[in-house]
Amino acid sequence: MENCCNNKNDSTLQADAEEIIAVAGKEKAIPILQEIQKKKGYIPEALLREISSLTKIAVSDFYGVATFYSQFRFTPLGKYVIKLCNGTACFVSGADILYDTLCDFLKIKNSETTKDALFTLETVACLGCCSLAPVVMIGDRVYAKQTPDSIKELLNGIIISEPCDKSSGARL
Amino acid sequence: MTQKMVKVGLGSCGIAAGALDVYDYFLSDDVKKNLGDTHLTVSRTSCIGLCFAEPIVEFYEDNKKIAYGHVDKNFAKKIIDGILFGSLPPENRILDDEEVKKYIGPQVKLALKNCGVIDPENIEDYIERSGYSALKKAVHDITNTKIIDTIKESGLRGRGGAGFLTGQKWEFLLKAEGEKKYLICNADEGDPGAFMDRAILEGDPHSVIEGMIISAKATGAQLGYIYCRTEYPLAIKRITKAITDAREKKFLGNNILETDFSFDIIVKEGAGAFVCGEETALIMSIHDRRGMPNLRPPFPAEKGINGSPTNINNVETFANVPGIIANGAESFNKYKSGNSTGTKVFALAGKVKRVGLVEVPMGITIREVVQEIGGGSSTKYPLKAVQIGGPAGGCIPKNLFDTQINYDSINATGAIMGSGGLVVMDTSSCMVDVARYFLQFTQDESCGKCTFCRIGTKRMLEILQRITEGKGSENDIILLEELSNHVRKTSLCGLGQLAPNPVLTTLKYFKEEYIAHVKEKKCPAGVCRSLIKIIIAPEKCTGCTICTKVCPANAISGEKKKTHIINNEACTKCGICIQKCKFDAIYKN
Repeated sequence: MENCCNNKNDSTLQADAEEIIAVAGKEKAIPILQEIQKKKGYIPEALLREISSLTKIAVSDFYGVATFYSQFRFTPLGKYVIKLCNGTACFVSGADILYDTLCDFLKIKNSETTKDALFTLETVACLGCCSLAPVVMIGDRVYAKQTPDSIKELLNGIIISEPCDKSSGARL
Repeated sequence: MTQKMVKVGLGSCGIAAGALDVYDYFLSDDVKKNLGDTHLTVSRTSCIGLCFAEPIVEFYEDNKKIAYGHVDKNFAKKIIDGILFGSLPPENRILDDEEVKKYIGPQVKLALKNCGVIDPENIEDYIERSGYSALKKAVHDITNTKIIDTIKESGLRGRGGAGFLTGQKWEFLLKAEGEKKYLICNADEGDPGAFMDRAILEGDPHSVIEGMIISAKATGAQLGYIYCRTEYPLAIKRITKAITDAREKKFLGNNILETDFSFDIIVKEGAGAFVCGEETALIMSIHDRRGMPNLRPPFPAEKGINGSPTNINNVETFANVPGIIANGAESFNKYKSGNSTGTKVFALAGKVKRVGLVEVPMGITIREVVQEIGGGSSTKYPLKAVQIGGPAGGCIPKNLFDTQINYDSINATGAIMGSGGLVVMDTSSCMVDVARYFLQFTQDESCGKCTFCRIGTKRMLEILQRITEGKGSENDIILLEELSNHVRKTSLCGLGQLAPNPVLTTLKYFKEEYIAHVKEKKCPAGVCRSLIKIIIAPEKCTGCTICTKVCPANAISGEKKKTHIINNEACTKCGICIQKCKFDAIYKN
């Protein structure tokens, strides 16, 4: 039984790996890593090893590149990624208070994901919307001129809209 | 029949403020049905630069234009009703406003001449405004030497921050020996508080492409890269489309304009590393390696991409090229201050009334930018300083606001021109905390190659943290200065060499704030949380209980109509209670 499952995993891994190489090519580490992350939301180790075996790029080279650039991550993301801008304009407009509010509300810190896998909190250097400071980006949308109240309201809105498993309380 | 058109500003800022909802509404079936036989063209443009009034909609009827600011869907409905019934809503008219005149008056648009005017995804719009005419001139009418001479004569200097003469850089590449030559457009705009390059790529991508093609023609480069940070998806989308369109029109690719000249451009997405704005690190990143800088010489002009000669210019630099070639060097160098010519684009942000993208002629003073264009302080506090040049730049105090904006004058203050971040601060900003903020950034972004940059910035950050927590001593200030000088002298690239600038400039101009932190254990601006206390004034407190409800730490207690009390142990000093108190009864000490 166990063997059978492993084989199945191997074959999906291989299919995933081939699909990624078909788009990103075999030569360059950064486009491959970007493609993995686009597909999976993060860089799974097993998949990276599989791709390494199909290309001439060593796992250690992939790892070296992936840890250098802030875009890449080795843990899965929550369903909603909250990017809190900490650029200069946001910083002087109270981004630190927003950070405290988010940590307090979600019970997580920077780069962490909530237990229900709904939210990941990330502080980012600058979203380039300095005229709307302080800003928060959730998914692809930027929310301008945030306050502790407005941001809590925003998150509550998302939480209410999410389906919830009544027996376990876990989010679906 | 009259021609009617609405134009919506769809830059990243506008979209963030809700412009896409408005644009979609204008295109909706509802509107089409309502309008019936009345024909209305719905058009889009990018950042108009008036970020403080986003989302912006311009209405054109024949040659008349009315611009509306802060447009939401409801107001868009009023515009449609106005078109139908012949009476447009007069409210929110922004372009006739004195305020907008003040904002636009002192500006000169060269690099941004098309931003907010054309549809960036339509090459015909660009061509209509003399787009690619400079390329035609460069290909058919003038020699390569003439191109380089014109750029030299214009005095154009690198707009990425270092300010090296562009014409000279091109000449290096022309003279360099090598079969293959490359160009790079550095669009890795990583400074927090800066969005000039993004606005140009989103608003006028063809100007950058045309600038690159002209540069390739003059220097003999065959391939160009636009290295754009991955955080700018809209810019990447628009520049990629512009490249495809330019190829179709024979402006790019093989046999440009039916001549022997061939050149092509590839967009390369960065992966999030501030140090990759440094040219040798950027090349490492294009080589698909960790983006660590290398020792220069050899300079990229000798050994760059794949060991071949390579020239790197910034987005704004390339965007200035077509104008200079089409209209002559004097159209650019007639704006002159010291040895700087032309204009500079700034992302004006922070505590001023009017924030946005501004392009000003060299020689304008900081005061004019902050007071006239920006409209002065947006808060109840007076202005204190501007931070110019991002993490490599510095803070210029109010008493130096008469400094002219040009490379040399800004450098003389200890700051740098940088790429164009201009963040205005009022007296509610603590300069020690600002220095700590920038050092946190550079320390995070240090690639780790040079010991002093890697460890020195870390130690400097620890000292600053100590000071902001009230645990610093006077010796710490001396140590901070000493370390700054070592980091500056012993780092390989600009990141380390300039990292101490925010510390050194704040030490130079705001030393009294450092002294207050270490000697009196006080933060004069009331920012550093370990050094402040939040206090309720009993004579003003009415016991309304609002503060007890809003306090995230549950640190305030009190009964209705009785003076409330703050538990200082539990208080996190977030200041929310101060903002919420209607009676000004809570203050920082």
